[in-house]
Amino acid sequence: MEKKDALINYCLRLGDSSLILGQRMAEWCSNGPILEEDIAMTNLSLDLIGQARTLLTYAGELEGKGRSEDDLAYRREEREYYNTLLSERPNGHFGDTVVRNFLHSAFSYHLYQALKNSSDEMIAAHAAKSLKEVTYHLRHSSEWLIRLGDGTTESHEKVQESLDNLWEFTGDLFEMNEVDEILIKEGIAVDLNTVKNDWDKTINEVLDRATLTRPQDAYMHSGRLEAVHSEYLGHLIAEMQFLQRAYPTAKW
Amino acid sequence: MVSLKYTKDDIWGFLAEIPDPEIPVITIEELGVLRDVEITSEKVIITITPTYTGCPAMKLFEDEIISTLKSKGIEKVEIKMVYSPAWTTDWMSKTAKEKLRNYGISPPVKGTEDKGVLFSSDKKIVKCPQCNSSNTQLKSQFGSTACKALYQCNDCLEPFDYFKCI
Repeated sequence: MEKKDALINYCLRLGDSSLILGQRMAEWCSNGPILEEDIAMTNLSLDLIGQARTLLTYAGELEGKGRSEDDLAYRREEREYYNTLLSERPNGHFGDTVVRNFLHSAFSYHLYQALKNSSDEMIAAHAAKSLKEVTYHLRHSSEWLIRLGDGTTESHEKVQESLDNLWEFTGDLFEMNEVDEILIKEGIAVDLNTVKNDWDKTINEVLDRATLTRPQDAYMHSGRLEAVHSEYLGHLIAEMQFLQRAYPTAKW
Repeated sequence: MVSLKYTKDDIWGFLAEIPDPEIPVITIEELGVLRDVEITSEKVIITITPTYTGCPAMKLFEDEIISTLKSKGIEKVEIKMVYSPAWTTDWMSKTAKEKLRNYGISPPVKGTEDKGVLFSSDKKIVKCPQCNSSNTQLKSQFGSTACKALYQCNDCLEPFDYFKCI
Protein backbone atom coordinates (compact mmCIF):
# COMPACT_ATOMS: atom_id res chain seq x y z
CA MET A 1 0.00 0.00 0.00
CA GLU A 2 1.21 3.47 -0.94
CA LYS A 3 1.53 6.20 1.65
CA LYS A 4 -1.00 8.31 -0.25
CA ASP A 5 -3.65 5.57 -0.18
CA ALA A 6 -3.04 5.03 3.51
CA LEU A 7 -3.51 8.74 4.18
CA ILE A 8 -6.74 8.87 2.18
CA ASN A 9 -8.07 5.95 4.20
CA TYR A 10 -6.99 7.61 7.43
CA CYS A 11 -8.86 10.81 6.53
CA LEU A 12 -11.97 8.77 5.77
CA ARG A 13 -11.76 7.04 9.14
CA LEU A 14 -11.63 10.33 11.01
CA GLY A 15 -14.01 12.18 8.70
CA ASP A 16 -16.60 9.41 8.52
CA SER A 17 -16.69 8.99 12.30
CA SER A 18 -17.41 12.72 12.68
CA LEU A 19 -19.96 12.66 9.88
CA ILE A 20 -21.92 9.69 11.20
CA LEU A 21 -21.90 10.85 14.82
CA GLY A 22 -22.88 14.31 13.53
CA GLN A 23 -25.83 12.79 11.68
CA ARG A 24 -26.86 10.91 14.83
CA MET A 25 -26.78 14.14 16.85
CA ALA A 26 -28.81 15.90 14.15
CA GLU A 27 -31.52 13.27 14.71
CA TRP A 28 -32.05 14.85 18.12
CA CYS A 29 -33.12 18.12 16.50
CA SER A 30 -36.57 18.97 17.93
CA ASN A 31 -36.51 15.77 20.03
CA GLY A 32 -34.30 16.93 22.92
CA PRO A 33 -35.53 16.34 26.48
CA ILE A 34 -35.35 20.07 27.21
CA LEU A 35 -34.87 23.06 24.93
CA GLU A 36 -31.30 23.79 26.10
CA GLU A 37 -30.27 20.22 25.34
CA ASP A 38 -31.94 20.27 21.97
CA ILE A 39 -29.79 23.28 21.12
CA ALA A 40 -26.68 21.72 22.66
CA MET A 41 -27.02 18.50 20.70
CA THR A 42 -27.56 20.22 17.39
CA ASN A 43 -24.52 22.40 18.15
CA LEU A 44 -22.49 19.24 18.70
CA SER A 45 -23.80 17.97 15.38
CA LEU A 46 -22.74 21.15 13.64
CA ASP A 47 -19.19 20.90 15.00
CA LEU A 48 -18.93 17.26 13.97
CA ILE A 49 -20.20 17.86 10.46
CA GLY A 50 -17.76 20.76 10.17
CA GLN A 51 -14.91 18.48 11.18
CA ALA A 52 -16.04 15.91 8.61
CA ARG A 53 -16.05 18.55 5.87
CA THR A 54 -12.40 19.41 6.39
CA LEU A 55 -11.27 15.79 6.28
CA LEU A 56 -13.46 14.65 3.41
CA THR A 57 -12.37 17.65 1.34
CA TYR A 58 -8.77 16.74 2.06
CA ALA A 59 -9.37 13.07 1.20
CA GLY A 60 -10.91 14.14 -2.12
CA GLU A 61 -7.95 16.36 -2.93
CA LEU A 62 -5.44 13.62 -2.11
CA GLU A 63 -7.36 11.16 -4.24
CA GLY A 64 -7.25 13.54 -7.20
CA LYS A 65 -10.32 12.21 -8.96
CA GLY A 66 -12.33 15.36 -8.54
CA ARG A 67 -14.54 14.05 -5.72
CA SER A 68 -15.77 16.80 -3.42
CA GLU A 69 -16.67 16.59 0.27
CA ASP A 70 -20.30 16.21 -0.80
CA ASP A 71 -19.52 13.38 -3.22
CA LEU A 72 -17.74 11.54 -0.45
CA ALA A 73 -20.38 12.19 2.18
CA TYR A 74 -23.44 11.50 0.09
CA ARG A 75 -22.45 9.22 -2.75
CA ARG A 76 -20.70 6.33 -1.18
CA GLU A 77 -22.19 2.98 -0.26
CA GLU A 78 -22.33 1.57 3.23
CA ARG A 79 -19.29 -0.66 2.72
CA GLU A 80 -17.18 2.39 1.80
CA TYR A 81 -17.57 4.12 5.17
CA TYR A 82 -14.76 3.80 7.69
CA ASN A 83 -16.47 5.29 10.73
CA THR A 84 -16.16 3.78 14.18
CA LEU A 85 -18.86 1.25 15.06
CA LEU A 86 -19.60 3.29 18.16
CA SER A 87 -20.51 6.40 16.14
CA GLU A 88 -23.34 4.61 14.32
CA ARG A 89 -25.04 3.25 17.45
CA PRO A 90 -28.64 4.50 17.61
CA ASN A 91 -29.47 7.42 19.88
CA GLY A 92 -31.75 5.32 22.10
CA HIS A 93 -32.84 7.30 25.16
CA PHE A 94 -30.98 10.39 26.31
CA GLY A 95 -28.76 8.32 28.63
CA ASP A 96 -27.72 6.05 25.74
CA THR A 97 -26.71 9.11 23.74
CA VAL A 98 -24.80 10.60 26.67
CA VAL A 99 -22.81 7.39 27.22
CA ARG A 100 -22.05 6.90 23.51
CA ASN A 101 -20.94 10.52 23.17
CA PHE A 102 -18.85 10.31 26.31
CA LEU A 103 -16.99 7.19 25.14
CA HIS A 104 -16.52 8.67 21.67
CA SER A 105 -15.58 12.22 22.60
CA ALA A 106 -13.00 10.95 25.12
CA PHE A 107 -11.51 8.96 22.23
CA SER A 108 -11.51 11.95 19.85
CA TYR A 109 -10.10 14.21 22.54
CA HIS A 110 -7.05 12.05 23.20
CA LEU A 111 -6.59 11.18 19.52
CA TYR A 112 -6.57 14.85 18.50
CA GLN A 113 -4.25 15.70 21.39
CA ALA A 114 -1.76 13.29 19.85
CA LEU A 115 -2.43 14.23 16.22
CA LYS A 116 -1.67 17.91 16.93
CA ASN A 117 1.95 16.92 16.36
CA SER A 118 1.33 14.99 13.16
CA SER A 119 3.95 15.51 10.43
CA ASP A 120 1.09 16.03 7.98
CA GLU A 121 0.33 19.75 8.09
CA MET A 122 -3.36 19.38 7.33
CA ILE A 123 -3.94 16.61 9.89
CA ALA A 124 -2.07 18.59 12.55
CA ALA A 125 -4.03 21.78 11.81
CA HIS A 126 -7.30 19.88 11.82
CA ALA A 127 -6.49 18.18 15.12
CA ALA A 128 -5.55 21.46 16.83
CA LYS A 129 -8.73 23.10 15.57
CA SER A 130 -11.07 20.21 16.38
CA LEU A 131 -9.57 19.70 19.80
CA LYS A 132 -11.03 23.02 20.95
CA GLU A 133 -14.49 21.85 19.93
CA VAL A 134 -14.14 18.29 21.20
CA THR A 135 -13.09 19.61 24.61
CA TYR A 136 -16.56 21.09 24.95
CA HIS A 137 -18.15 17.86 23.72
CA LEU A 138 -16.27 15.78 26.27
CA ARG A 139 -17.17 18.16 29.06
CA HIS A 140 -20.81 18.19 28.03
CA SER A 141 -21.14 14.39 28.05
CA SER A 142 -19.02 13.97 31.21
CA GLU A 143 -21.13 16.39 33.19
CA TRP A 144 -24.34 14.71 32.07
CA LEU A 145 -22.95 11.29 32.84
CA ILE A 146 -22.13 12.35 36.39
CA ARG A 147 -25.52 13.95 36.82
CA LEU A 148 -27.32 10.81 35.63
CA GLY A 149 -24.99 8.24 37.19
CA ASP A 150 -24.92 9.96 40.55
CA GLY A 151 -28.57 10.98 40.26
CA THR A 152 -31.64 8.97 41.13
CA THR A 153 -31.74 5.18 41.39
CA GLU A 154 -33.56 5.06 38.08
CA SER A 155 -31.17 7.35 36.22
CA HIS A 156 -28.22 5.42 37.67
CA GLU A 157 -29.60 2.08 36.53
CA LYS A 158 -30.44 3.40 33.09
CA VAL A 159 -26.99 4.79 32.30
CA GLN A 160 -25.25 1.79 33.81
CA GLU A 161 -27.25 -0.34 31.40
CA SER A 162 -26.35 1.98 28.50
CA LEU A 163 -22.70 1.66 29.44
CA ASP A 164 -22.89 -2.13 29.66
CA ASN A 165 -24.57 -2.27 26.25
CA LEU A 166 -22.17 0.06 24.48
CA TRP A 167 -18.94 -1.25 25.98
CA GLU A 168 -18.53 -3.99 23.37
CA PHE A 169 -18.13 -1.35 20.65
CA THR A 170 -15.16 0.37 22.31
CA GLY A 171 -12.56 -2.20 21.23
CA ASP A 172 -13.10 -1.20 17.60
CA LEU A 173 -11.93 2.36 18.35
CA PHE A 174 -8.38 1.22 18.96
CA GLU A 175 -7.84 -1.41 16.27
CA MET A 176 -5.01 -0.79 13.83
CA ASN A 177 -3.77 -2.29 10.57
CA GLU A 178 -1.31 -1.66 7.74
CA VAL A 179 -2.63 1.88 7.23
CA ASP A 180 -1.64 2.82 10.77
CA GLU A 181 1.68 1.06 10.43
CA ILE A 182 2.64 3.02 7.29
CA LEU A 183 1.48 6.36 8.68
CA ILE A 184 3.01 5.90 12.13
CA LYS A 185 6.38 5.35 10.42
CA GLU A 186 5.91 8.64 8.60
CA GLY A 187 4.96 10.45 11.80
CA ILE A 188 1.50 11.18 10.40
CA ALA A 189 -0.65 8.87 12.51
CA VAL A 190 -0.31 7.91 16.16
CA ASP A 191 -0.22 4.59 17.96
CA LEU A 192 -3.74 3.95 19.23
CA ASN A 193 -2.37 1.91 22.13
CA THR A 194 -1.02 5.15 23.55
CA VAL A 195 -4.35 6.87 22.96
CA LYS A 196 -6.03 3.93 24.73
CA ASN A 197 -3.99 4.54 27.88
CA ASP A 198 -5.10 8.17 28.05
CA TRP A 199 -8.67 7.19 27.19
CA ASP A 200 -8.71 4.63 30.02
CA LYS A 201 -7.68 7.28 32.54
CA THR A 202 -10.41 9.69 31.50
CA ILE A 203 -13.05 6.96 31.40
CA ASN A 204 -12.10 5.69 34.86
CA GLU A 205 -12.03 9.16 36.37
CA VAL A 206 -15.48 10.11 35.11
CA LEU A 207 -17.09 6.72 35.78
CA ASP A 208 -15.77 6.93 39.29
CA ARG A 209 -17.33 10.34 39.86
CA ALA A 210 -20.54 9.12 38.26
CA THR A 211 -20.58 6.13 40.66
CA LEU A 212 -20.80 3.81 37.65
CA THR A 213 -19.06 0.46 37.25
CA ARG A 214 -16.67 0.02 34.36
CA PRO A 215 -17.77 -3.11 32.46
CA GLN A 216 -15.37 -6.02 32.12
CA ASP A 217 -13.71 -6.34 28.73
CA ALA A 218 -15.36 -9.34 27.10
CA TYR A 219 -16.36 -9.85 23.47
CA MET A 220 -15.56 -6.79 21.36
CA HIS A 221 -17.11 -6.06 17.96
CA SER A 222 -14.80 -5.27 15.11
CA GLY A 223 -15.33 -3.84 11.63
CA ARG A 224 -14.21 -0.23 11.17
CA LEU A 225 -10.94 -1.11 9.45
CA GLU A 226 -12.69 -3.25 6.84
CA ALA A 227 -15.74 -0.96 6.53
CA VAL A 228 -17.98 -3.69 7.90
CA HIS A 229 -20.86 -2.24 9.86
CA SER A 230 -23.80 -3.06 12.06
CA GLU A 231 -27.32 -3.13 10.62
CA TYR A 232 -27.83 0.46 11.73
CA LEU A 233 -25.49 2.24 9.32
CA GLY A 234 -27.46 1.38 6.17
CA HIS A 235 -30.60 2.95 7.59
CA LEU A 236 -28.73 6.02 8.75
CA ILE A 237 -27.14 6.49 5.34
CA ALA A 238 -30.41 5.95 3.50
CA GLU A 239 -31.89 8.89 5.39
CA MET A 240 -28.76 11.03 5.17
CA GLN A 241 -28.36 10.52 1.42
CA PHE A 242 -32.01 10.75 0.46
CA LEU A 243 -31.88 14.18 -1.12
CA GLN A 244 -28.69 13.59 -3.10
CA ARG A 245 -29.99 10.25 -4.39
CA ALA A 246 -33.44 11.55 -5.30
CA TYR A 247 -32.18 14.78 -6.87
CA PRO A 248 -28.63 14.04 -8.02
CA THR A 249 -28.08 17.44 -9.62
CA ALA A 250 -29.54 19.49 -6.76
CA LYS A 251 -27.61 22.63 -5.89
CA TRP A 252 -28.00 25.24 -3.17
CA MET B 1 0.28 41.62 -13.10
CA VAL B 2 -3.41 42.00 -12.84
CA SER B 3 -4.00 45.71 -13.34
CA LEU B 4 -5.37 46.92 -10.05
CA LYS B 5 -5.89 50.45 -8.96
CA TYR B 6 -5.99 49.24 -5.38
CA THR B 7 -3.25 48.31 -2.96
CA LYS B 8 -3.33 45.48 -0.48
CA ASP B 9 -4.25 47.96 2.25
CA ASP B 10 -7.15 49.31 0.19
CA ILE B 11 -8.55 45.81 -0.26
CA TRP B 12 -8.10 44.99 3.41
CA GLY B 13 -9.98 48.21 4.17
CA PHE B 14 -12.95 47.19 2.01
CA LEU B 15 -13.15 43.76 3.57
CA ALA B 16 -12.63 45.01 7.11
CA GLU B 17 -16.05 46.62 6.93
CA ILE B 18 -17.99 43.41 6.27
CA PRO B 19 -20.13 42.68 9.32
CA ASP B 20 -20.59 39.26 10.89
CA PRO B 21 -23.99 38.01 9.65
CA GLU B 22 -24.95 36.70 13.11
CA ILE B 23 -23.50 39.55 15.18
CA PRO B 24 -23.66 42.57 12.88
CA VAL B 25 -22.01 44.94 15.37
CA ILE B 26 -18.59 43.41 14.77
CA THR B 27 -16.75 42.96 11.50
CA ILE B 28 -14.90 39.97 10.11
CA GLU B 29 -11.68 41.83 10.81
CA GLU B 30 -12.52 42.43 14.47
CA LEU B 31 -13.61 38.82 14.81
CA GLY B 32 -10.24 37.66 13.49
CA VAL B 33 -11.68 35.67 10.59
CA LEU B 34 -9.97 37.81 7.94
CA ARG B 35 -6.32 36.72 7.93
CA ASP B 36 -4.57 37.91 4.77
CA VAL B 37 -4.86 39.67 1.44
CA GLU B 38 -2.46 38.80 -1.35
CA ILE B 39 -2.32 40.29 -4.84
CA THR B 40 -0.75 38.00 -7.44
CA SER B 41 -0.31 38.36 -11.19
CA GLU B 42 -3.59 36.59 -11.83
CA LYS B 43 -5.90 37.22 -8.93
CA VAL B 44 -6.52 38.49 -5.45
CA ILE B 45 -6.24 35.81 -2.78
CA ILE B 46 -8.16 36.36 0.44
CA THR B 47 -7.24 34.12 3.35
CA ILE B 48 -9.83 33.45 6.04
CA THR B 49 -10.08 31.05 8.96
CA PRO B 50 -13.26 29.56 10.43
CA THR B 51 -14.27 30.30 14.02
CA TYR B 52 -15.73 26.79 14.41
CA THR B 53 -15.29 24.11 11.75
CA GLY B 54 -19.03 23.86 11.27
CA CYS B 55 -19.80 27.57 11.47
CA PRO B 56 -22.60 28.14 8.92
CA ALA B 57 -21.59 31.80 8.62
CA MET B 58 -18.39 30.90 6.75
CA LYS B 59 -20.16 30.49 3.41
CA LEU B 60 -21.79 33.88 3.93
CA PHE B 61 -18.40 35.42 4.68
CA GLU B 62 -17.11 34.03 1.39
CA ASP B 63 -20.08 35.33 -0.58
CA GLU B 64 -19.80 38.74 1.08
CA ILE B 65 -16.09 38.99 0.32
CA ILE B 66 -16.63 38.12 -3.33
CA SER B 67 -19.52 40.54 -3.78
CA THR B 68 -17.72 43.36 -1.93
CA LEU B 69 -14.70 43.00 -4.21
CA LYS B 70 -16.89 42.70 -7.27
CA SER B 71 -18.53 46.00 -6.42
CA LYS B 72 -15.02 47.54 -6.55
CA GLY B 73 -14.39 46.00 -9.96
CA ILE B 74 -12.23 43.14 -8.73
CA GLU B 75 -13.47 40.00 -10.44
CA LYS B 76 -10.74 37.43 -10.02
CA VAL B 77 -10.85 36.42 -6.39
CA GLU B 78 -9.79 33.25 -4.67
CA ILE B 79 -10.84 32.47 -1.11
CA LYS B 80 -8.31 30.42 0.78
CA MET B 81 -9.45 28.71 3.99
CA VAL B 82 -6.72 28.05 6.54
CA TYR B 83 -7.02 26.06 9.76
CA SER B 84 -3.69 26.85 11.32
CA PRO B 85 -3.14 28.73 13.55
CA ALA B 86 -6.54 27.74 14.89
CA TRP B 87 -8.89 30.65 15.53
CA THR B 88 -9.05 31.82 19.10
CA THR B 89 -11.19 34.35 20.95
CA ASP B 90 -7.91 35.91 22.13
CA TRP B 91 -7.68 37.59 18.71
CA MET B 92 -10.74 39.65 19.43
CA SER B 93 -9.87 43.28 20.14
CA LYS B 94 -10.91 45.14 23.27
CA THR B 95 -13.14 47.41 21.17
CA ALA B 96 -14.83 44.38 19.63
CA LYS B 97 -15.48 42.93 23.08
CA GLU B 98 -17.01 46.21 24.21
CA LYS B 99 -19.25 46.23 21.13
CA LEU B 100 -20.38 42.71 21.95
CA ARG B 101 -21.31 43.71 25.48
CA ASN B 102 -23.31 46.69 24.27
CA TYR B 103 -25.09 44.39 21.85
CA GLY B 104 -26.18 42.14 24.73
CA ILE B 105 -23.59 39.39 24.39
CA SER B 106 -21.17 38.87 27.23
CA PRO B 107 -17.66 38.86 25.66
CA PRO B 108 -15.12 36.06 26.21
CA VAL B 109 -13.41 36.33 29.58
CA LYS B 110 -9.68 35.96 29.05
CA GLY B 111 -7.59 33.75 31.25
CA THR B 112 -10.51 31.74 32.50
CA GLU B 113 -10.52 28.01 32.90
CA ASP B 114 -12.96 27.64 30.06
CA LYS B 115 -10.51 25.27 28.47
CA GLY B 116 -10.56 22.82 31.41
CA VAL B 117 -11.20 19.43 29.92
CA LEU B 118 -13.64 17.46 31.97
CA PHE B 119 -15.50 19.84 34.17
CA SER B 120 -16.22 23.51 33.88
CA SER B 121 -14.80 25.74 36.53
CA ASP B 122 -17.13 27.47 38.92
CA LYS B 123 -14.73 30.33 39.49
CA LYS B 124 -15.28 32.11 36.23
CA ILE B 125 -17.10 35.40 36.44
CA VAL B 126 -19.26 36.17 33.45
CA LYS B 127 -20.96 39.52 33.79
CA CYS B 128 -24.52 40.14 32.77
CA PRO B 129 -24.49 42.45 29.71
CA GLN B 130 -27.79 43.98 30.84
CA CYS B 131 -27.23 44.97 34.48
CA ASN B 132 -23.50 44.26 34.81
CA SER B 133 -24.07 41.92 37.74
CA SER B 134 -21.46 39.24 38.41
CA ASN B 135 -24.08 37.01 39.97
CA THR B 136 -24.80 34.85 36.94
CA GLN B 137 -25.11 31.16 36.24
CA LEU B 138 -24.32 28.87 33.33
CA LYS B 139 -27.45 27.29 31.86
CA SER B 140 -25.89 25.45 28.94
CA GLN B 141 -22.46 25.24 27.32
CA PHE B 142 -24.18 25.58 23.95
CA GLY B 143 -26.19 28.65 23.08
CA SER B 144 -27.83 30.17 20.01
CA THR B 145 -24.72 29.54 17.89
CA ALA B 146 -21.72 27.22 18.28
CA CYS B 147 -19.56 30.07 19.58
CA LYS B 148 -21.85 30.99 22.47
CA ALA B 149 -22.98 29.55 25.79
CA LEU B 150 -26.26 30.30 27.53
CA TYR B 151 -26.23 32.12 30.88
CA GLN B 152 -28.80 33.65 33.14
CA CYS B 153 -28.42 36.61 35.45
CA ASN B 154 -29.49 35.86 39.02
CA ASP B 155 -30.16 39.54 39.71
CA CYS B 156 -32.11 40.87 36.74
CA LEU B 157 -33.13 37.31 35.75
CA GLU B 158 -32.43 37.99 32.05
CA PRO B 159 -30.98 35.09 30.06
CA PHE B 160 -28.03 36.09 27.87
CA ASP B 161 -25.43 34.73 25.46
CA TYR B 162 -21.79 34.44 26.47
CA PHE B 163 -19.12 34.25 23.80
CA LYS B 164 -17.11 31.16 24.76
CA CYS B 165 -13.35 31.18 25.04
CA ILE B 166 -11.70 28.81 22.60
